[in-house]
Amino acid sequence: MLDIKNLKAKLDEEDKQILNGINLKIGKGEVHAIMGPNGSGKSTLSKIISGAPGYEPTEGEVLLNGKNLLDMTADERAKEGVFLAFQYPVEIPGVNNGSFLRMAYNAKQKYQGNKELDPLEFEALLEEKLKLLNMDPSFLERSVNHGFSGGEKKRNEILQMLVLDPQVVILDETDSGLDIDALRDVAEAVNHFKNEDKAVIIITHYQRLLNYIKPDFVHVISKGSLIKSGSKDLALELEEKGYDWLVEPVKA
Amino acid sequence: MSQKKIEDIANKEYEYGWKTDIEMDISPKGLNEDIVRLISKKKKEPEWLLDFRLKAYRYWLTLEEPTWSKVNYPKIDFQDIHYWAAPKKKVTLDSLDDVDPELKRTFEKLGIPIVEQKRLANVAVDAIFDSVSVATTYQKKLLEHGVVFCPLSEALENYPELVKQYLGSVVPHTDNYYAALNAAVFTEGSFVYIPKDTVCPMELSTYFRINTEGAGQFERTLIVCEDNSKVSYLEGCTAPAFDTNQLHAAVVELVALEKADIKYSTVQNWYAGTPETGAGGIYNFVTKRGKCIGKGSKISWTQVETGSAITWKYPSCVLIGDESIGEFYSVALTNNFQEADTGSKMIHIGKNTKSTIVSKGISAGKSANTYRGLVQINKSAKGAENFTQCDSMLIGSKCSANTYPYIDVRNSSSTVGHEAATVKVSEEQIHYFEQRGIPAEEALGSIVNGFCKDVFDVLPTEFAVEANQLMELKLENTVG
Repeated sequence: MLDIKNLKAKLDEEDKQILNGINLKIGKGEVHAIMGPNGSGKSTLSKIISGAPGYEPTEGEVLLNGKNLLDMTADERAKEGVFLAFQYPVEIPGVNNGSFLRMAYNAKQKYQGNKELDPLEFEALLEEKLKLLNMDPSFLERSVNHGFSGGEKKRNEILQMLVLDPQVVILDETDSGLDIDALRDVAEAVNHFKNEDKAVIIITHYQRLLNYIKPDFVHVISKGSLIKSGSKDLALELEEKGYDWLVEPVKA
Repeated sequence: MSQKKIEDIANKEYEYGWKTDIEMDISPKGLNEDIVRLISKKKKEPEWLLDFRLKAYRYWLTLEEPTWSKVNYPKIDFQDIHYWAAPKKKVTLDSLDDVDPELKRTFEKLGIPIVEQKRLANVAVDAIFDSVSVATTYQKKLLEHGVVFCPLSEALENYPELVKQYLGSVVPHTDNYYAALNAAVFTEGSFVYIPKDTVCPMELSTYFRINTEGAGQFERTLIVCEDNSKVSYLEGCTAPAFDTNQLHAAVVELVALEKADIKYSTVQNWYAGTPETGAGGIYNFVTKRGKCIGKGSKISWTQVETGSAITWKYPSCVLIGDESIGEFYSVALTNNFQEADTGSKMIHIGKNTKSTIVSKGISAGKSANTYRGLVQINKSAKGAENFTQCDSMLIGSKCSANTYPYIDVRNSSSTVGHEAATVKVSEEQIHYFEQRGIPAEEALGSIVNGFCKDVFDVLPTEFAVEANQLMELKLENTVG
């Protein structure tokens, strides 16, 4: 479903290459974990896919069902079905969280030629999703992420995911800053969401989240290159041994 | 998406930049006593008003053009302006049917129907074209309630005593340079009189259109609200896109007697000049002031300032009556090369008077946006209260925002609160919207509207939507 081919990228303002030709195929119904040390390029990959400012792909393509995402604007990519749960969701004072959700939902509905919902219809759609995440409806009355705790922000990301029902989900260190209850709620929501038509990419440092959401494949990125792929056992091995044995192999 | 994404959302072409071709009676360029006399004669004014004008003109001659504001513009040549420009065909104000169809079409095109029983059925409109009023709707219906709503020149004919009593009573010609100029050469404006114990049954609205190149517009609006009465008034403004900058120097005077309540809203969308250089935009130098004379009276200014090359104005309240209330709610948006130096003055004189100032300044492009305000609490104003909030929003990295709050408290029983914040719209915020499927322009519109909500909420409902859309138009292409 998502096919990353020889993807190279750099920062807008520097010439230094930060992705050195990543190749990765992610099929329908699969869960892939991407791990690696700090600064290895894990988050850069998610930013290039979402079209974030400041990052520039220099070579390769990212195909979603055969369409190159890199040729689309960031909002088109989202409407085609790519969802990024941000590592640090930004605060947007003055913009009502409920209205924001509806605006996003209706943007997608419109794009796909479906009916847009009025506030009352939308409220009904939200009800069950809020319950799933143990979120109080008062969340909707606040400004987007404004003054939210770390856990509230992450729950809000997952709520957006449930509402927008994307095809490909990238969870960028969603487990960081979460207490154990929030981690469980988030993991359950993702498990509830995923099915044979969805693909999930989990970017993480730790095994913790992978105890709840079982990956089919685990990849290690280091210095902008994908250096190892394996099954979920690889994550356990990394938990035990760290990255050093992969990054700098002991010379014979 | 490039780095300058947020910096380019604002260059939607000005949609009111066209000109009406109509035969005009235009005075020669230049300003002297003969021109002042000519204007007075054209308007068939009484002797006292000519004296009023001449006194102001002679006083103006003694003044220097002020330079204390933050705005920068080349020195204005006051001899290079037409002070009188009116459609040639005689305008009879007896019936709306007599209005020149060309002028009717002009205002129709601007979205201002000067026919009754159409869109905005609950709004009476006075349409002013360069130096004269071309039509005023619903006058008869309003008169049934004792409400007078007409061009100032008509008021001089029918209610000379009222005009004489109040004209210049709030903004005397000695007030400032542009107030003196306006008093000398004002040509038209609206007059509103609400008698005792009357709630005006409709929104009143004046729409100002500048059409003649090289003409200045100097209108003068006077609103008098008697005891226990209430009125809501709105002004709108547009002008064609010319190559040369044009001067608009208006005076607005409000008088609120006991428990009277005046709400004055402005949606200002004068031509701002070309996006590339700012050439041809309007210089909008306006003096607006209200006097809360009566006990418990209230004056509320709401403004949405999006146009003009230069905006220089401070709608103010003089709170004389005990327990009187002054309010100022403002959104000022500047883009490209626009400059705005705007804010409010609240002068507390009566006991337990209250004032509120909420100012939201938004700067984009290479523009400069300044809030300047004065809260003065006199010794006599025991127990007075003021709350001021002035927030600035920056879009892009080439614009600037400044705030100059002046606070002068002369007694110990008053309370003054001041809050200020500056926010910058970040690319991360825009991207967050985009990643949820919302295009960048809508994202910026949504952030800006959220920022302005406190002000939009107090606009008359008929115009809140319009203001909202206007902001979005003005910001188009700021994110590119």
